[in-house]
Amino acid sequence: MVTVQSELAIETKGVARRFGARWVLRGISFELQPGEIVGLLGSNGSGKTTLLRIFGTLLKPTAGSARIYGHDVATETDAVRSELGFLAHTPGLYEDLTARENLKFSAMMLGLPAENNLDAALERVGLGHVINERVRGFSAGMQRRLSVARLLLRHARVLLLDEPYANLDTAGITLMNEIITEAGHAGGAAMVVLHELAPAAGVLDRTITIVNGKVAESKPAPVPRVRGPLRAATATAGAGGGP
Amino acid sequence: MAFRDDVRRIRAIAWKDLTTERRSKAGFNSVVALGVTILVLFGFALGPDAQALRDAAAGAIWLSALFAGVLAFNRSYQVEIESGALDQLLQYPGSRWAIYVGKLIANALFVGLMLLIVVAVGIALFQVKIPTAWPSLIGVFALGAVGLVVLGTFYAAMASRSRAREVLLPLLLFPMLVPVLLAAISATKALLVGDIMHESGAWIKLLAAYDLIFLVATLWAFEYVIEV
Repeated sequence: MVTVQSELAIETKGVARRFGARWVLRGISFELQPGEIVGLLGSNGSGKTTLLRIFGTLLKPTAGSARIYGHDVATETDAVRSELGFLAHTPGLYEDLTARENLKFSAMMLGLPAENNLDAALERVGLGHVINERVRGFSAGMQRRLSVARLLLRHARVLLLDEPYANLDTAGITLMNEIITEAGHAGGAAMVVLHELAPAAGVLDRTITIVNGKVAESKPAPVPRVRGPLRAATATAGAGGGP
Repeated sequence: MAFRDDVRRIRAIAWKDLTTERRSKAGFNSVVALGVTILVLFGFALGPDAQALRDAAAGAIWLSALFAGVLAFNRSYQVEIESGALDQLLQYPGSRWAIYVGKLIANALFVGLMLLIVVAVGIALFQVKIPTAWPSLIGVFALGAVGLVVLGTFYAAMASRSRAREVLLPLLLFPMLVPVLLAAISATKALLVGDIMHESGAWIKLLAAYDLIFLVATLWAFEYVIEV
C-alpha cells in the first residue's frame, strides 16, 4: 500500500448499466475517500456485482462515469488495473496448477520479481502445507484462501471484494478482515460486497445499500471500524478449510 | 520496457497453458484421437483404390487437422471460463495482445504436435509416397498450421463468452479459413505429386501472405473481442 493522496479512491457519477432491455444500474453516484472501507449491501440482483465489475474494468458503464484514483474505468483501463485488487465471487484459479504455480503465474503477469513472496503469501493465508499440491484437490475454502493470497501479491490501493467471506471458516474470516483493515490503515480503500454485515463487524466505515440499481442509503457502519493494532494472523486451512 | 513486460506476460500465458495441458493430458489425447478417427473415416469413405486415396490425401489430412483443431481451440479458452479465470486474466495490466500471443504460442505447439501425428498417420493410411521436395512440404504444413492456429485462437476468444461456443466457433472459423485451407491443400497436393506444373510456389506465397494478413489483423482486433 502507498500513502494517502488528495484524490478520491473511487468516484462514480450517474453510473448506469443495461443488459439487453433491463437496466441493472440506474444512476449510481458516490465517493470513497482513500483509507475508507465501505460495505456494499443489497438483495440478489440489485446490481452490486455489476457495479464492482464496472470498477474492476470488466464491464463498461452504459452511461455515467467511474474513476479510481482519478483514472476513468472505461478509458484508462491499464492505469485502473494497476491500482486494483479484485476478489471475484468465483476463485479464478487453474486447477491443474499447484497453489504455488497459480501465484507464480500471477506474479509473472504482474511483473513481480521471480518467486518473490509467493511462499510468504501462501503461509499467510494458511496454505503453507499445500504449496506444491494441485488446486484440483482443494476445498472451496482453500481455493478462496488461495484467491486471497493472489490478492496479497498485488499491493493494490483499492480492494474490490465480492462476497469475500464466502466459503471461509472463522479463521479465514478473521484473516480476511485483517487484510481489509490493513488496506485501510495503509491509506487504501476497499469496497466489500456483502449479504450480511455480521462477518464484517468492526471492519467497515460505512455501508451503501443498493436497491433496484440505485443508491437507497449511505450511512455509517453500525459497528464502527476498529482502528487499534491488528491481530496476528492465526488462520490455518486444512481439510476443513471450507464447507 | 512496456514491450519487455508484454514479452514476460506472453511467456507466462504460454507456460501456464502448456503446463495445464501437459498435466491434464485428456485434451491432447482426445484431439489426436479425433484427428486420426476422421482420417480413418475418410479412408473408409474413399474405398480401397490406392490412387483415389493418394489423390485425396492432402484434403483428408488438412480437414482432419481442422476438425481436431477446433476441439483444441475451444479447450484453450474453456480452462479460462471454467472457474472464472478469464476475469482474473483480464484484470492484469498490460496489452491485451500479449494474452493472444501467449495463447497463440501454446496452441501452435499443441496443434503442431497434433498435426505431426495426423500427417504421419495420413501418409501411412493413404499410402502416400514422400516426395523429393519434402522440405517444401514441411514448410507448407508449418504455414498451414500457423494460419489455422492464428484464426482458431482468435475466433475461440470471440466465441468463448457465448454459451453456444462449441457450435459458434466452427460457424465463425470455417468460412474465414477457406483461403488458408485452399492454399494449404493445393500446395500439399501439388508437392505430393511431384509439382509437375510448378504451381506449389504460388500457393505457398499465397499461404504466407494470408498468414501475415490474418496475424496482423487479429493482433490488432483481439482487444476488441476479449474486452466486454
